[in-house]
Order: sequence, then C-alpha cells, then structure tokens
Amino acid sequence: MATKILLAKVGLDGHDRGVKVVARILRDAGFEVVYLGLFNSAEGVAAAARDEDVDVVGISMLSGAHLTLGPAVVRAMEAAGLDTPIVLGGIVPNSDLAEIMAAGIAAVLRPGASGEEIVETVTSVVKARS
Amino acid sequence: MLLLSECLEMPPCESYSDARENENVTLNRGIWAQAFAASSKRDADFTTMSGVPLEPVYGPDDGEFPGVFPYTRGPYASMYRQKLWTMRMFAGYGTADATNKRFHELLAAGGDGLSTAFDMPTLMGIDSDDPRSLGEVGRCGVAVDTIDDVADLYNGIDLATITTSMTINAPAAVLLAMFVASAENGGTPRAKLGGTLQNDILKEYQAQKEFVFPPRQSMRLVRDTIAFCTSEMPRWHTVSISGYHIREAGSTAAQELAFTLANGFAYVELAKQSGLAVEEFAPRLSFFFNSHIDFFEEIAKFRAARRIWARWLAGRYGAADERSRQLRFHTQTAGVSLTAQQPEINIVRTALEALAGVLGGTQSLHTNSYDEALALPTEAAARLALRTQQVIAHETGVANVADPLGGSFFVEALTDEMERRAETIFAYLDELGGGSMLEGVIRGVEDGWFQSEIADAAYDFEKRVNKGTRTIVGVTEFFEGNDAPGPELLRITQQDERRQLDRLARVKTKRDESAVQASLRSVARSATDPELNLMPDLINAVRCHATVGEVMAALGESFGHHVEVPRI
Repeated sequence: MATKILLAKVGLDGHDRGVKVVARILRDAGFEVVYLGLFNSAEGVAAAARDEDVDVVGISMLSGAHLTLGPAVVRAMEAAGLDTPIVLGGIVPNSDLAEIMAAGIAAVLRPGASGEEIVETVTSVVKARS
Repeated sequence: MLLLSECLEMPPCESYSDARENENVTLNRGIWAQAFAASSKRDADFTTMSGVPLEPVYGPDDGEFPGVFPYTRGPYASMYRQKLWTMRMFAGYGTADATNKRFHELLAAGGDGLSTAFDMPTLMGIDSDDPRSLGEVGRCGVAVDTIDDVADLYNGIDLATITTSMTINAPAAVLLAMFVASAENGGTPRAKLGGTLQNDILKEYQAQKEFVFPPRQSMRLVRDTIAFCTSEMPRWHTVSISGYHIREAGSTAAQELAFTLANGFAYVELAKQSGLAVEEFAPRLSFFFNSHIDFFEEIAKFRAARRIWARWLAGRYGAADERSRQLRFHTQTAGVSLTAQQPEINIVRTALEALAGVLGGTQSLHTNSYDEALALPTEAAARLALRTQQVIAHETGVANVADPLGGSFFVEALTDEMERRAETIFAYLDELGGGSMLEGVIRGVEDGWFQSEIADAAYDFEKRVNKGTRTIVGVTEFFEGNDAPGPELLRITQQDERRQLDRLARVKTKRDESAVQASLRSVARSATDPELNLMPDLINAVRCHATVGEVMAALGESFGHHVEVPRI
C-alpha cells in the first residue's frame, strides 16, 4: 500500500512554492498525498492527520516561526493521541536544528534538498516509526 | 517633403537617404535629442576609464530611443545621466524602534529611499496579540499594530524628502491611513508625502498568498486608495504592480511579465470604471520586477515590459500623455536564486542580477543580502548588498550610456519573443473576461488558473534541477566548502514579541475606547456601501488608535474572507 502523507502550511506564511513542489515529487514517487493548503493551526493539522489516517505529516514554514510552530504541531499531535512522524520543511538555521529535533520533529528538509533526498527522508522516518 | 511612412515604402536609393537626412528632426533621434537637451544632468565624468568620450545613447537615427514611444530603451531620454537609480533597501524586523534604527543606518550608508517590510501578522491584517500571531511577531518584518508604531517606525525621518515604500497589500488601505495620519501628526501634510504603497492584491491570490478578503471586495479597497491618492496625494504611487512574487513562486520570465502587466491593465480598467481619466492615475502606477539569474532574458523582459505598457496604454486605454505610457519599475534581485549552501556565492549572484536590472533600465533597486537563504540579513550583510549597487553605479561605467544592449541582435530578438509570449497570455485573459482584462484577471484568480500555471512552472524547473539539466553551484555541483561554518545570523528573540505585546497593551489602555468603537462602527457601515470611499473612515479610525486587526475585522463584517481551495 502506498505511504500516505499529509502536507500543510502552518501559521501565517503564504510561501507555498516549496510545499507544492514537494507534494508533486512525492506523488510522482508513488506516495498518496493529502495537501491541506494554507494557514493551518497546529490543532487543524493534528485533526486532519487523525481523520485521514496518514503515515507521516509534512509541515512547511519559511517565516522563521519554526521554533514556535514546529513544537506546537508536535504537542497537538500528542494531544490527539498520534505518534505519526513529522517532517518540517523550510528555512531552519543550523543553530536551531538541535532544538527542533529535541522537540520531537523527526526530520528537517532545508533549501536545496533534492527530490531524491526528500523521498529518502520521508521514507526513512516512516520506516523508523513502524 | 516626404513623410517617413512614404520613405519606408520607397526602395533604398539616393533620394531615400537624402530625404531621411532632411527629416532629421522628425526622426526619433531628433525627438530624443530635444528631450535630452532639456533634462538636467548629474555631475559625473561620462568617459571610459581610458578617457574615451561616450554618447548618452547609441543607435541609428531612425531606430528606437529612450524617452521616445514605445520606450523599449527606457522611459527617459537621459536615463542614468540625469539621475542614478534609487538604491532602495528593503528592511524591517522586530519592533518599530529596531527597524527605525536600521533605516537610519541605511540612510547614513548612502541609501536614498526607504522600503518597509512588515511581519506576517501585519501582512495578514491581524494584531500581535491575536492567538494566530504566536511566534510570528516581528519575525520576518516589523510588527505594526497601531498608529503609535508607525510614528516610531519613521521617527526622525523627513517624510517630505525621503520617499518611503510600504510592502503591504491586503491591509494596504489601513496602513496608508496610518502613514497619512502619523505624518500629519508630525506636521507633514499628506500632499507632500512621496512614496509607494504596494497595494497589489491580485498577485497575492496568484502568488504571495497574503490575502484576507475575497478578490472583488479587495479590489474595492484598491479603487478607494487610487481615488483618494489621486485627489489628495499627488506625489504618492498608489499601486506597485508586482511581478516579483509571481516569479519567486515559480513562474517563468514570460509569465512574470504577462501576469504582472495583465494585473496592471486590470487596475487601469478598475480606476477608469470609477470615473477617473487614465491620465489622472496612470502616471502614479509603478511596477516591481524580479531580476533573476538568466542575465539576458531578464534584460529582454524589462525592455518588453516598457514597450507593451506603452502600446496598451496608448492603444487600448487611450492615454494621451507620455507619463501615462511610460512604465517605471523597481527591481529586486531574486531571493529564490540564493542558496543556503556556500552562502558567499550569493554575493556574486546578486551582483549579476543587479547588473541585469541596471542594464534593463530600472528606476530603483534592492539587492538581497547573501545570508537571506538562512535568515533575515544582518546589518553587515545588508550594507554589503548596498555596496554591490554602489560598485555597479560608480565603478563599472554601465550607467554612462542608456540601454547599452539595445540593437544587439540577440537582445532585440529575445525582447520581441518576450512580448510575443506575453501577448498570447493577454489574449487568453481578454477572452476569459469577455473583452475585459479586469474581469479576465479576476476570473483567472477565482478559477485558480494563475496559481496552477505558476505551480506547473515551479515543478518543471525543479525537475530540470533534479535531472541535472540546470546547475545550481553549491547545490547540484561544486560542493567543496558546503561544510564550512555559516555566517553569523541575525537573531530575532522572543523578547521582541513580548515587547510588542506590552506596547500594544499600553496603547489600548491609554486610548479613548468609546471613540475607537464609534470609529470602527463607521468603517463597518461605510464598507456596506460600495459607492463610498473608505479612506476618510479609515484615517479617522487609526487616529483614534484603532488597531490594524480591529479595522480589518470591521471591514470583514461585510466583505467576508477568502479561502483558497488547496491544489497541488
């Protein structure tokens, strides 16, 4: 069965070029992609992840709010009783990486990630959890 | 005497060339020479480094000239001999105090215009204390909630001499109201204010995605700002019609050109519908393009943009005066071309992109800082980006001659090709709108046509990068150095967010609450009557210290809110 991924923009950031390209890359690689669109709250992402019964969640933010919104999505997922792995895509400086990973984000994809790297990363976090 | 049109039908012979010589004043060179002689010149040495004197422009007497319709070679006869482009650096982060300090630094370093970046909550028309703003306050721009923040933002800056650009769209009318009211509180009358409001809501739906109200309601706000500025703020640029974000979202150069100009035509039709004459408002429309890394394609795009605008404004919209037909534009180098890998390479990319903007005849320029694929720029990185422009302006000599690439077989052919591709898209939109570009563009937005076209182009580019048919240095090849420690980055702390929340709370306790509520009721009431201009109500509300979020909520009562259907 195809791996099912939920992709969403979280917060107020409207930059959706990256997430849409990632959606198409994963779709072409055989994933089942659910794209939730713009301006989602952490709780909205968790509710959709539960309703859609996805294997992995991808959240995108390029606004610099990742240290606030990344952990917020982790907490909302926990509150919804889910342990689905979360991949965060966006502009994350090196100095923020440790804090993001410690907060429970499974992987971070940053600018310049190749299609291959995206598919590998998502596949490996799903495998690690199952 | 032979007319030029008759000459052109004659076979080339003695009499043809004689006639052309006698007709000199009616030829383009004659028109250009008169305009050039009449314009002032900046104090500079217009010779090469080795002392070769340079003409202000080169080309055949019957060819195209800058300052002469259709302006392919530049809007002005004298171009950079009269005045260099404005080095307008975009800045904004944290609180208004912090951004004000950066503004003063940029002006002290030789920048000559200001450009304000607002944070996400302000762009979305919500306040810093809204739960949705958590983590985003002052993060990628300056936080503005009330007129008090605007006063801090431009503190100590003479708003009658320094022009100010505000990158704001959905709440543009509210921020304009704050700017006007704050300047008048400081003693500068609105008629003296010079600057630019981005106010280009169409490209928000298409690309940047910071929209609030549905398209048709948003266009009413654009109409109101154009009408208000036309009658009360003669020095103000009402809309900065922006291709920048369309390109950043993934479009091709030709799509950037076509979508941007189509949006421009839509605003022209909107303003005409409201009863304004095209000559009254068109000279205050300006453009904002991306300068990407494909050097000649960008230059061709800028040249084609001027020609198309001139032809359409004269032909389709009947603009009788030069100022309405001349496309003037701001340029920003392509943020999307910057890499997080070996970020110093971005200095080189930005320099080349800036050079394309200058060779394309831009009126103002922002150069990105090399650290912007990682974070907002540090002061040192922003200064280096400004220095890049200064090297181009003062060391390379490229500003000596107008449109130096005009007449190149390659550049002229590529300019024609850009125009041809854009015209194909205009024809589609015109048909979609049943003969109205305004209707065609709005329908294209509502159907998601623009959004799909841009997403398709973005994915196509990504596939070429992944296949290796497009090389990105440091990303797809040439990796040595990628492991080096990165530069010191600007940190926006949680403290900035707390400071802004405290400040907003203080303003709210000090203000006259009943006056605020009355002013907001008035905004909500006027919003229900599309015949009214909302600007006076907005100015009144922000004078009472109503917040951006409160005013937008009052408008939203009758406007409703736009939700984009998610499409991959």
